[in-house]
Amino acid sequence: MSAINILAQFVAGDTAPKIMLVLALLVSIFGIGVVVSSRRNRVTTSPQTRELASQTASNLTSESIVERDVSVRARLSKASSAFAGAIATALTSSSITQQTWDDLEEALLRADVGVASTARVLAPLRELVKAKKITQPSDLMSALQNEMTAQLSQNSRELNFDSSLGAPNIWLVVGVNGAGKTTTIGKLSAQQSALGRSVLLAAGDTFRAAAGEQLETWASRSGAEIVRGAEGGDPSSVIFDGVARATSRKIDLVLADTAGRLQNNTNLMEELAKVRRVADKGSGKVTEVLLVIDATTGQNGLTQAKQFSLATQVTGVVLTKLDGSAKGGIVFAIETELQIPIKLVGLGETIDDLVAFDAQEFVSALFE
Amino acid sequence: MFETLSDRLGGVLKGLRNRGRLTQQDVTEVLAEVRTALLEADVNVTVVRDVVERIRSQAVGATVSTALNPGQQIIKIVNDELVSMLGGETLKIMYASQPPTVVLMAGLQGSGKTTSAAKLASWFKSQGRQPMLVGADLQRPAAVEQLRVLGAQLNIPVFSVPGDPVKTARLGLAEAKSFGRDVLIVDTAGRLAIDEEMMQQVKDISKAVNPNYTFLVVDAMTGQDAVAVAQAFDATLSIDGVVLTKLDGDARGGAALSVKHVLGKPIAFAATGEKLDAFEQFHPDRMASRILGMGDMLTLIEQAEKVFEKDKAEEAAAKMLEGEFTLADFLEQLQQLKKMGSLQGIMGMMPGVPKEMKNAEIPDDQVRRTEAIIFSMTAQERANPELINGSRRVRISKGSGTSVADVNRLVKQFTEMKKMMKQMGQKSGRGGKSAKGPKGSAMPDELAAALSSRLGPR
Repeated sequence: MSAINILAQFVAGDTAPKIMLVLALLVSIFGIGVVVSSRRNRVTTSPQTRELASQTASNLTSESIVERDVSVRARLSKASSAFAGAIATALTSSSITQQTWDDLEEALLRADVGVASTARVLAPLRELVKAKKITQPSDLMSALQNEMTAQLSQNSRELNFDSSLGAPNIWLVVGVNGAGKTTTIGKLSAQQSALGRSVLLAAGDTFRAAAGEQLETWASRSGAEIVRGAEGGDPSSVIFDGVARATSRKIDLVLADTAGRLQNNTNLMEELAKVRRVADKGSGKVTEVLLVIDATTGQNGLTQAKQFSLATQVTGVVLTKLDGSAKGGIVFAIETELQIPIKLVGLGETIDDLVAFDAQEFVSALFE
Repeated sequence: MFETLSDRLGGVLKGLRNRGRLTQQDVTEVLAEVRTALLEADVNVTVVRDVVERIRSQAVGATVSTALNPGQQIIKIVNDELVSMLGGETLKIMYASQPPTVVLMAGLQGSGKTTSAAKLASWFKSQGRQPMLVGADLQRPAAVEQLRVLGAQLNIPVFSVPGDPVKTARLGLAEAKSFGRDVLIVDTAGRLAIDEEMMQQVKDISKAVNPNYTFLVVDAMTGQDAVAVAQAFDATLSIDGVVLTKLDGDARGGAALSVKHVLGKPIAFAATGEKLDAFEQFHPDRMASRILGMGDMLTLIEQAEKVFEKDKAEEAAAKMLEGEFTLADFLEQLQQLKKMGSLQGIMGMMPGVPKEMKNAEIPDDQVRRTEAIIFSMTAQERANPELINGSRRVRISKGSGTSVADVNRLVKQFTEMKKMMKQMGQKSGRGGKSAKGPKGSAMPDELAAALSSRLGPR
């Protein structure tokens, strides 16, 4: 009789004692902790590990030495380049075969659109082909692109700026570590200044070393004001101070930076939710919450969007680093599943490289 | 969230249990699920195809064992295959006979090079080395400043001069030599693999310092593009190993498998947290479970280890099984548990927990109320709830802002639970009936089995 089964009976029962659930969890976790830490100890003292740790072969040459297990050496060659031509070939063939479907599916998967979204966009097309409404591979391709573009045209992509507010608009920028938040703010700052809006940057990333300095560089480049807090300080208060300063100086727009955080870190996500609440408490109003997503991001992007939305009610996505070889297909899933519009796209390191998202361009690039 | 491979296989494998052998047809259906699981984990399409073929050859005709059901058996085959693909070769750091040993860090923007460079320096320091950092990322504003701050925190010198990154790297090497530092870690700017100019620059930096090791820094959240990036960097720099970052996130990390498979180079280090010591050597077996969506358990354990004080937890577990657990112990453990995040979330990560239990709501205010009730008790009452009579009940309920009925319920449930745990303790103590019992006896059987199969020595 296992503990879990006993528990299940208790929970299923009428009394449904929640407290027991909690207790049960405790017991299991103790058990796991104890067993694992004893295992860990065993592992860390194993001779191989020790050998690794104290490797001081000073008599060896400076050549890098890698032990290789030949059986796992089977390498993958020309992984992406081989495929580029494949789809073109498939499209020139005279009829739609299983191969055509496989190639289309593969193109979408390779672009990080994801298994579920890929199946969803291909399903209606399969019906059309079955009904002989589409017979040519090239028609199928354009139908697919039209379908995807259509799915991406439900939402407005305008950046929300309420000029009738009489107080600063606040745009909060959130995302995981290294997505490109600070750079995005720098570019936004320059662009919004060019539109004639006065801008203040609030350096809410008080965690990463020198994040404030990085933002300060962008502030001076774009002629914006900046409010910084102490390193390791409370990000909410930095942003609150930024909004207060902006109000007193009649500044139109506060761009609030936040520290990168992984969405499964409960404490940091709660901190972010607080930042969002506090930002709204002053005289200004949060009119835009931008989630920055790196184009190289895979399927985890969907989880990012869900969790950041829960914490901060994200209003738009900024897709960065799209100038690389990654296609950023995950944002298709984000927009169509979660109804969060992609608003901006980052295409490089200069100020002009942040542009409005164009659904049609984006979709056709997925297949290139 | 995506389904784990075992959940996925559940549907396909119904009715398979009683047959002796996996047929071609069974295997094809099963492999389709394996494929989806791998794709959802961001393993590269081409690599997935390869993995699936390897697994097919092992699975067809495999005898359905009596000990494992077909699902478990397939999972075992897949898991073992992934472990062997991810592991296989380990990177052993060989220090240069003429110091310094030079390490070059390269990768895309935002993959975590600067932080990893500092963490790696700290790791070398913990190995008794005297590392020095060179900030050759003159591209991103304040990148050098970031490295300096990290260096100061770690008490590791940082060298950089403005202007030319190649020159900075060269001067850094000379500096390390003249100061007798024996490991030099060069941080470079993030760059896109298709940016020829920038790729040439990093090649020039590499030529200038002639690194013993060149590490490619890869974000665990990377999708399909990981392969193209790894190939491009390898072609330019000849990569010796990979540093996998942001593994403390919840990405499945299929990129690790793709990169390993494509480059044939070991994944040397894994960065697992925001702190500078959250950096360790790579564990292929954990990564395999994670890719298959069965890594939650390991995350849970890791979190538990961080949060719980081991001695106290052991003590509490032992007390619980002996029926001596008090409300004070309960309160203490509950507070530690809360540090791990929402109870709902923890429950979701527990393996083998039935669905209806996972879906049971555990509202935070209910937990808070429970705490409040216990807080309102005296030390004696917590140690011995039988003391709680009518007037004490009223006092406690007033003190905690709850009703007498709430207090009653808590006391009653606690007593029942205690009884149950005691019974469980007696049952699991059956094997070795020593008074104190083995420490691991707090472990439910199923968990123990799951753990030993996953974590057993390889």
